[in-house]
Amino acid sequence: MQELKHLKETPSQTAGPYVHIGCVPNFCDIEGVYPNDLGDSMVNDKTKGERITVTGTVYDGTGTPLKDAMVEIWQADAEGLYPGKDPRDQADPNFTGWGRKAGDYDTGEWVFETIKPGAVPFKDGRMMAPHITFWVVARGINIGLQTRMFFPDEAGANAQDPLLTRIEHQNRVSTLIAEKTGDGAYRFDIRLQGEGETIFFDV
Amino acid sequence: MTNQSKEGAFYQRDRGWHPPAYTPPYKTSVTRSPTKALISVDSTLSEIAGPVFNQNMLGELDNDMIMNFAQPGEMAIGQRIIVYGKVMDENGKPVPNTLVEVWQANAGGRYRHKKEGYLAPLDPNFGGCGRCITDEDGNYRFRTIKPGAYPWPNGVNDWRPAHIHFSIFGSGFGQRLITQMYFEGDPLIWKCPIVGAIPSKEAVECLIAPLDMNNTIPMDSRAYKFDIVLRGRRQTLFENRMEGL
Repeated sequence: MQELKHLKETPSQTAGPYVHIGCVPNFCDIEGVYPNDLGDSMVNDKTKGERITVTGTVYDGTGTPLKDAMVEIWQADAEGLYPGKDPRDQADPNFTGWGRKAGDYDTGEWVFETIKPGAVPFKDGRMMAPHITFWVVARGINIGLQTRMFFPDEAGANAQDPLLTRIEHQNRVSTLIAEKTGDGAYRFDIRLQGEGETIFFDV
Repeated sequence: MTNQSKEGAFYQRDRGWHPPAYTPPYKTSVTRSPTKALISVDSTLSEIAGPVFNQNMLGELDNDMIMNFAQPGEMAIGQRIIVYGKVMDENGKPVPNTLVEVWQANAGGRYRHKKEGYLAPLDPNFGGCGRCITDEDGNYRFRTIKPGAYPWPNGVNDWRPAHIHFSIFGSGFGQRLITQMYFEGDPLIWKCPIVGAIPSKEAVECLIAPLDMNNTIPMDSRAYKFDIVLRGRRQTLFENRMEGL
């Protein structure tokens, strides 16, 4: 029989406790190497769309906040286009779509200042509810965890979302819906394990 | 509808090849591992697309960790090495223009980090971070010093093998990967609980960079080769499924 020539993906290893050194060096006082930490700022004065903040904390199975997690987000612009090379159209040039934050050393909390994303189509053409993709790494996490945050003020779209509707345990869907804490302010806590364990995706 | 992109969905990750979330010998994983099954979904545009970084964001010394934190006229202390390789996908196709970020301990096994307490000294001329963007053929290269092994609190006498952390983006956010590179011949590799989280010896071998004498710079630096494979993409041909079907 012929051989399939596919390569195997490089195995993942934990980001470890010192992920800051490589990914957010200025945050951990390694200054003068890079002018700023990548992903620290996603918007500028000209970015189109509704300004929002997304604040959260990653908790372990005992309810203890992770103080060494790094969280990245990736989202569409206000029109639902991805910055970079979206095949459909050019996204807002004043929006990066990608953000990266380390949890606070004392509390573990992180805050993203961004805009509310527009809806993006699923592969069959149906629209997915507006969402932000999350990727979480930390000491003790052997392979980065992928999840999505949805908006509590999009109940209609969430009810039709191609991913949310296929989840068997509908009582867990609430783990993916952020909490609105104020005007344009959302809270999205991530629980790695135990009660209220966040839904993670293999996507 | 028509194809959204020539760049298709990613192959599903082989979760039996990667370390699982729960690996008790690596103690921190015990309370940080999800216990519910992951929800498997074919890639959507949210994973197929990804952030793009440009060469022009890089500083001249970003890929030179011997010099990028050093005082004028000084250099980091340690064994001078070049680490180079190719980023490709599971189809063997090069991944060009992708950001590769690295970080590591100094030659004595000490990280420049406020939460690090190992008694080995800091090197005033070594920061420990570097980055580069792959060229059109997926190649990357940086210069550094060989990091030291160091003890860490897990068992009472666990030591990390010398390693360099790698963060790679790929061409879509679904390819995002963090891993660690180890060095050929290090006996600590096979005693490490973090390495041991990887199920097979064959997979561990993918993380061990061989010494490459052909790429050394004589009387200057040795070279280690570390190729990186990211998830492959399906071709989108025959995927023009009509809406509602």
